[in-house]
Amino acid sequence: MGLSNVLLKGADERDLTKLAEYQAIGGYQGVPKARAMSSDALIEVLQTAVLRGRGGAGFPMGRKASLIDRSSPKPKYLVVNADESEPGAFKDREVMARVPHRLIEGCLIAAHAIECTHVFIFIRGEYLAEYEILQAAVDEARGAGLFGDVEITVHRGAGAYICGEETALLDALEGRRGQPRPRPPFPPVQGLYNAPTQINNVSTIATVPTIIEMGAEAFAKTGVESAPGTAIFSISGNIARPGNYELELGTPMRELIYDIAGGVPDGRELKAVIPGGSSVPALAPSEIDVPLDYDSLQKIGTFFGAASLIIVDDRCCIVQLALRSAKFYMHESCGKCTPCREGTRWMVQLLEKIEAGEAELSELDLLDNIGSRILGRSLCALGDFAVYPTHSYLSKWRDEFVAHIEQGGCPYGGASSLEGIEAPLDAHTHSPLPVIA
Amino acid sequence: MSLVEDVRQIAKKYPDSRSATLPALRLAQERDGWLSPETLREVADALELTPAYCKSVATFYDMYHLAPVGTHLVEVCTNLSCALAGAQKVVDAFESELGVKPGETTPDGEITFRTVECLGGCGYATVVAVDHRYKQKVGPDDVAGIVGEIRGAQ
Repeated sequence: MGLSNVLLKGADERDLTKLAEYQAIGGYQGVPKARAMSSDALIEVLQTAVLRGRGGAGFPMGRKASLIDRSSPKPKYLVVNADESEPGAFKDREVMARVPHRLIEGCLIAAHAIECTHVFIFIRGEYLAEYEILQAAVDEARGAGLFGDVEITVHRGAGAYICGEETALLDALEGRRGQPRPRPPFPPVQGLYNAPTQINNVSTIATVPTIIEMGAEAFAKTGVESAPGTAIFSISGNIARPGNYELELGTPMRELIYDIAGGVPDGRELKAVIPGGSSVPALAPSEIDVPLDYDSLQKIGTFFGAASLIIVDDRCCIVQLALRSAKFYMHESCGKCTPCREGTRWMVQLLEKIEAGEAELSELDLLDNIGSRILGRSLCALGDFAVYPTHSYLSKWRDEFVAHIEQGGCPYGGASSLEGIEAPLDAHTHSPLPVIA
Repeated sequence: MSLVEDVRQIAKKYPDSRSATLPALRLAQERDGWLSPETLREVADALELTPAYCKSVATFYDMYHLAPVGTHLVEVCTNLSCALAGAQKVVDAFESELGVKPGETTPDGEITFRTVECLGGCGYATVVAVDHRYKQKVGPDDVAGIVGEIRGAQ
């Protein structure tokens, strides 16, 4: 324990977007160190460090690298997922804007592990300022001769949540509609341009230089045993001091919410915490005494996700929350798989009916039933992401759903914090939602 | 340089020129403001793809415009964190300041206003993107100033 600052280290004191400043604090020294090792030895180091993926799935990065078929005659690719689009998440943005060279150094090291000479960083199209900073840093590092025989290409997306899904990202990078691919084959065997490909989140790759610097054994002793290191936690919503906080994994959730971020403001009560970005099951106030790490959160039925906590206070109608979230997933469903494409739409229709007080009690079961027919039935997890939170709202705040039905309308009577919130979907007049008879 | 030459330069950065589709569409849109059938044909020719293929890609992504838009684009995030912080009041303020609804363009063709999904600024709600530059912690009282700034810059 005792590691608080890895990703953003030095960024408060210096302008680490500049190469000279980053090098002044030891930046890029990990590259020659790593290149002095064989790729086998480097993968061993990464595996010892147990660096778990910070994008959401938490898959160990070293094991991912070990799955790359380095004997393939094809080129090997490293792709950095900088498509941060999960509602509630804004951590990778801070890494790219403030410590771009740490990400680039991580790319060069990770590339060596899988014998890759062309790295792609896929950044979401909306991140214009971050793209400019990152591209300038790439150009500066390349100009200083730090790349060796490696090339790094920063590729901008064009606005699609689904491109954060790794195979959809690959399709977008290949110049296609960003839709998920069937697996197998998995990307380490057949990924970008059908070649072996490793895909990692920005924060994962930007942690790699620290592992080289402090040593894998020492790194593995930080955080928690199942997940060493730190994470940047994004906290937003009804919270006194929203923002990004880099903390050691295993930090108690209550400490982050109340001690660090100042708790729920304006004398309001905590109603719900969505702990990993809007796609994960929400927690009730009685459930927040939990360490912030992958396994601990999974034990209580939710996910670490993108380390992004959305805090909801008691002014919010839970049905409106479920509806606004469901509209997002319906909007972002890529349309490839029927259960997700149709199911997310059915969920929105039913939630609208419940919110309007026009549903029957049996339709609460129907809502759950639709969810069970979406879960696990598509090529990727986007449909599941619509179901997980909705199911948690329905099971933990069922009384509130029932109240809508019994009172024939929203019990908040127009005073909910999400009253009347418009979604981009609402402006899509070319495809109005048909009404359920 | 012409669009075709620019696109071919970009394509060289990739093992497969098809990868230049997204950057090429962005470049074309920056030049023309939107992706007309003629513009899509130009991009397609530069990449040796079909216009239909380019259109199929362009329709998939939110940032491409398949119809003319205003000179300036104002986007207000209304996803959960911004919504909880009062994004709808910001939407309402833009609506009354501009006199158009989300998804519409002001009659003088200057400003297109729309709501968007999460822009990744959740801790700095409400986030408003003006021509893709973020303005953070925007409240309804800031809206008149933002609109004035856009109109003043013309």
